Amino acid sequence: MAATTEKQRSDAILTYLRPRKKFPSVWCAGCGNGIVMSALVRAIDNLKLDKNEVIMVSGIGCTSRMPVYLDFNSLHTTHGRALAFATGAKFAQPKMKVIVVTGDGDSLAIGGNHFIHACRRNIDITCILINNHIYGMTGGQGSPTTPAGSFSTTTPFGNSEKAFDPCALAQAAGATFVARHTVHHAPQLEKIIMQAIEHRGFSLVEAISNCHTYYGRLNKSGDAVAMIKSFKERAVPVTKAKDMPAEELVGKFVVGNLYENNVKTEFCDEYQKMVDMLAARK
Amino acid sequence: MAEPKRKLMQGNIACVQGAIYAGMRFFAGYPITPSTEIAEGSARELPRIGGRFIQMEDEIASIAAVIAASVTGKKSMTATSGPGFSLMLENIGYAYITETPCVIVNVQRGGPSTGLPTKVSQSDTMQARWGTHGDYTAIAVAPSSVGDTITETIRAFNLAERFRTPVTILLDEVIGHMREMVTLPEPGQIPIFNRVKPTVPPDKFEPFAMTANLVSPMPAYGEGYRYNVTGLTHDTMGFSTNRADEIWPKLDKLKNKIEHYTDEITKLRVEMMDDAEIAYISYGTVARTSLQAASIARKAGVKVGSIQLYTIWPFPDKQLLELCARCKKVIVGELNMGQIVHEVKRVLPRDIEVHTAQRYDGEILTPLQLLKKLEEVM
Repeated sequence: MAATTEKQRSDAILTYLRPRKKFPSVWCAGCGNGIVMSALVRAIDNLKLDKNEVIMVSGIGCTSRMPVYLDFNSLHTTHGRALAFATGAKFAQPKMKVIVVTGDGDSLAIGGNHFIHACRRNIDITCILINNHIYGMTGGQGSPTTPAGSFSTTTPFGNSEKAFDPCALAQAAGATFVARHTVHHAPQLEKIIMQAIEHRGFSLVEAISNCHTYYGRLNKSGDAVAMIKSFKERAVPVTKAKDMPAEELVGKFVVGNLYENNVKTEFCDEYQKMVDMLAARK
Repeated sequence: MAEPKRKLMQGNIACVQGAIYAGMRFFAGYPITPSTEIAEGSARELPRIGGRFIQMEDEIASIAAVIAASVTGKKSMTATSGPGFSLMLENIGYAYITETPCVIVNVQRGGPSTGLPTKVSQSDTMQARWGTHGDYTAIAVAPSSVGDTITETIRAFNLAERFRTPVTILLDEVIGHMREMVTLPEPGQIPIFNRVKPTVPPDKFEPFAMTANLVSPMPAYGEGYRYNVTGLTHDTMGFSTNRADEIWPKLDKLKNKIEHYTDEITKLRVEMMDDAEIAYISYGTVARTSLQAASIARKAGVKVGSIQLYTIWPFPDKQLLELCARCKKVIVGELNMGQIVHEVKRVLPRDIEVHTAQRYDGEILTPLQLLKKLEEVM
């Protein structure tokens, strides 16, 4: 019985893949991107969103290939600019659900400015940031989330820079829903993505993921399985983290729902109020 | 019958009026002199008609928002000047390859870099043609008065919608900031073109199909055609390709869908050219003073005429060749170190002398300077 349900479920999920796109994907075997894509599709399926009313926007990078494989209105844009394009799409058609998938390089380096301003506006966009701590598509260069001391092809002797905390950045910049999980925690990811989509305002879901091909190899973190296992060990629920001293959290990922604000108004709603006010004045 | 509405209006505001007449319902921009009044005008006007205005965090984001809004079905525009235009170029290339209609206004000022924010220039003429990387063909128009700015902005939107392509309006600081009396067109007076939508069911839809006129029907997001839009070179289904037999036709499409219709896109103002032995060739602000110089010279018996390019790109090779067939000399007037003059030299036969009248110090070419040049070459 349970097996049948599982089969029905996976068949339903398959209907979200583009019927006319030739697979396989560009992703390496074992890449965490597939786990996040699956969690996203299950979240959308749970919410029973109309595929025609979902716009999925991305920039450039491994992660940014995701919308191409999914049967929504997909906009695969330029490097770093996904949130700027998404802002235009959402503001032009506020009824549509706009979901951005982006990587750590795409959203926090070249796209850093758009990231903070999308948060500031609190525009109703769901941003799924897959953080694998490295540039994958170009072959393993350091990114704004590469931990200090870590190795990449552009930090061959260890990273001299410090890493961004995307969740803290988003919250400080004005995002109203912030959550993090890892690709080890697929059901939890599904749940927070659902919550993020349902939230009215700018929501960030940071998904800690593995690039075993580059990050794993250069930092001796092992293969996909070893890296994903390590996420289990390094994940600390936010409820538990609250009572832990900072030094114990070094090298850990604080996971769960980190921040939510349902008081702050959403940008498109505010603009519509002005449009209605002007129309009433006529 | 009521008198047509005459109004004293600034060029930049005329651009907003023309855009709204053409159906603009979305504007994203970033403040920059001398184009800012276009953003300000849009911020005032658009919410009153249910449209959307947004001030983005920079010019890169502005053009990105404009392209995305157009993909969702809104006629969209942004306005900027030199430095902002430079910033927009990568995403303008995205609009070319994704064949997304949109209008970009560049109110030109002196450069390079920050240059002369409050001074006139025409030094972005070539940038409007070749600015973004890669192979493509561009459309650019250049008004020379406040009234022109209304009609050329409407034309820019019509061309963008008709050919599924970004269109650049090359205004300049003088036209943008000048005030003149204009008559606003009545509703219905100027035809408006809206992009062609697909009629096939979604499962038969080919988003970048090779149609007879090479322009593929374009649905809006949300209309049931869930298709893929990518800046990667793509096949007719919108999926990236590395196949030579799919790359060639795609890039040829970008070129031919416009160049096959150059005659239709070309717009010139031709004055006193019937018996002209010398022609002023100019566009934008310089077209005004060139025409005045030609009129003055005519009174003194000089057989000189004026050709004004409203359409700069695609360049009107055929028309210019025909118009100058009887000329011995031409004078190309530009507020730059020489940009369009190279096109003129490319087009005209060697026995026609091509002279230049140029300024790049932030000032206009006056009729007197153009007359002096005429005297020199005679």
